[in-house]
Amino acid sequence: MNKIPDNRAWWLVLPVFLLVAFSALIPLMTVVNYSVQDIFGPGQAYYVGTEWFKEVLADERLRDSLVRQFVFSGFVLLIQIPLGIGVALMMPKSGIKGSLCLILIAIPLLIPWNVVGTIWQIFARGDIGLFGWGINQLGIDYNYTGDTLDAWLTVLLMDVWHWTPLVALLCYSGLRAIPEAFYQAAEIDRASKWAVFRYIQLPRLKSVLIIAVLLRFMDSFMIYIEPFVLTGGGPGSSTTFLSQTLTTMAIGQFDLGRAAAFSLIYFLIVLLISWLFFTAITHADKEK
Amino acid sequence: MRQTRSKNIGITIYILLLLTPVYWLLNMSFKTSREILGGLTLWPQNFTFDNYVVIFTDPSWYNGYLNSMAYVSINVVITLLVALPAAYAFSRYKFLGDKHLFFWLLSNRMAPPAVFLLPFFQLYSSIGLFDTHIAVALAHCLFNVPLAVWILEGFMKGVPREYDEMAYIDGYSFPRFFIKVFLPMIRSGIGVTAFFAFMFSWVELLLARTLTSVDAQPIGAIMTRTIGASGIDWGVLAAAGVLTIIPGLLVIWFVRNHVAKGFALGRV
Repeated sequence: MNKIPDNRAWWLVLPVFLLVAFSALIPLMTVVNYSVQDIFGPGQAYYVGTEWFKEVLADERLRDSLVRQFVFSGFVLLIQIPLGIGVALMMPKSGIKGSLCLILIAIPLLIPWNVVGTIWQIFARGDIGLFGWGINQLGIDYNYTGDTLDAWLTVLLMDVWHWTPLVALLCYSGLRAIPEAFYQAAEIDRASKWAVFRYIQLPRLKSVLIIAVLLRFMDSFMIYIEPFVLTGGGPGSSTTFLSQTLTTMAIGQFDLGRAAAFSLIYFLIVLLISWLFFTAITHADKEK
Repeated sequence: MRQTRSKNIGITIYILLLLTPVYWLLNMSFKTSREILGGLTLWPQNFTFDNYVVIFTDPSWYNGYLNSMAYVSINVVITLLVALPAAYAFSRYKFLGDKHLFFWLLSNRMAPPAVFLLPFFQLYSSIGLFDTHIAVALAHCLFNVPLAVWILEGFMKGVPREYDEMAYIDGYSFPRFFIKVFLPMIRSGIGVTAFFAFMFSWVELLLARTLTSVDAQPIGAIMTRTIGASGIDWGVLAAAGVLTIIPGLLVIWFVRNHVAKGFALGRV
């Protein structure tokens, strides 16, 4: 749709602008302010310039959790996107069965994140949890509170359980928008199942897939509550992701300057990657 | 595409796997604590509602639900009120800095809540809103308003502008057109947006926990506090968990026919 140029539209946007400015700009400025000062107490702050940034960039603990975070987000995308597409392809397209599937699949998305952690904390325990007990019965020694690999796999499995439904539902809505005539044409051409997927379904899924990748990347990059409840970041710091490192630094140790500098770097990384995705989305919108 | 038998089997297996952890929680919530710790049972041997009775009779538990409901509702109302006109502006007009503004809004959806934790705490403390429902509701606007604008804009783009022009020719003023003609046309979009605002506010805990201490403490924070205590009452914890799932189920039931489109942010 071609839009009319009219600057009076700002009046309609103004409430949103003010509200978000209040809850985003003021806090962000506070963070910037902290990041360039060393604060000892009320009224005792010294300007230190880029000192904190240099220190944060050299901090090994942070670099470790950043690497851990990228590995985690990478695995999340690698597993959830193909799995989500697969699930969406299997879902019934309409009728009461379709609605029922939709609601059942959406259940994990409606659960508060700490409860997701609690569910898996119980479910994966060796003594009272079905999953942990089952794995142990198979003769595999599994203990997510003690073993690093087990903890990792459990956190990853939890995230796959929690968020694959979002990818599936996004793709499902993309698939539903494909007219039946496309499939009929493919049938007349005796196209194989793979050809139907590759040349009819996948191209139509492009825009929703970009949204899915964007949302999954952002949210997995900010993950905090679920692993915090499940493993507490342990054993050691093997499942401590960026948000948790940051929260410990800001609230636990009250290390304001360092936490603020780290926050800004964190935000910039997310912003940069999201900007790339966003450009891709608007590009795809234009092509339509 | 035809729905084949193998597809049906596949989706059934997936849904069963998906629901197993939830079943386990439900199962545990109906057990006595002796049975939970006594050994693994696939369904409650001594079926009991005791765990739920604890939650419904203890104010420190059920107030958590009321608090969560309160700030989530306030948040949904605020989000819709400000996002509707803004989304209309984005979908209909070109104006100075519109693209930048849109990206800036979205960038807030991308901001890790952990970044804003401390400044939020100080901001809301300094204006005397700490530990109130409105503080959490406002804080959640940070990610809900951008998302709502994004979804609504997608839905509004689907309404041809000829409707707007016809209404003006018929002598409608802008507010009257917007409320009487335009909003009813995108009501499914509004429902879906409300659902998403509800959902993201309901599941968030980090900000909600930081901005409250006693009077407005969400149920999630009460649950984590219980985990910290020495003897965990798994039964009560499970019951509390089950109760947090129910509001979401009720809400999604109302928007079930439109939610598929909503998940694609109105863009299919």
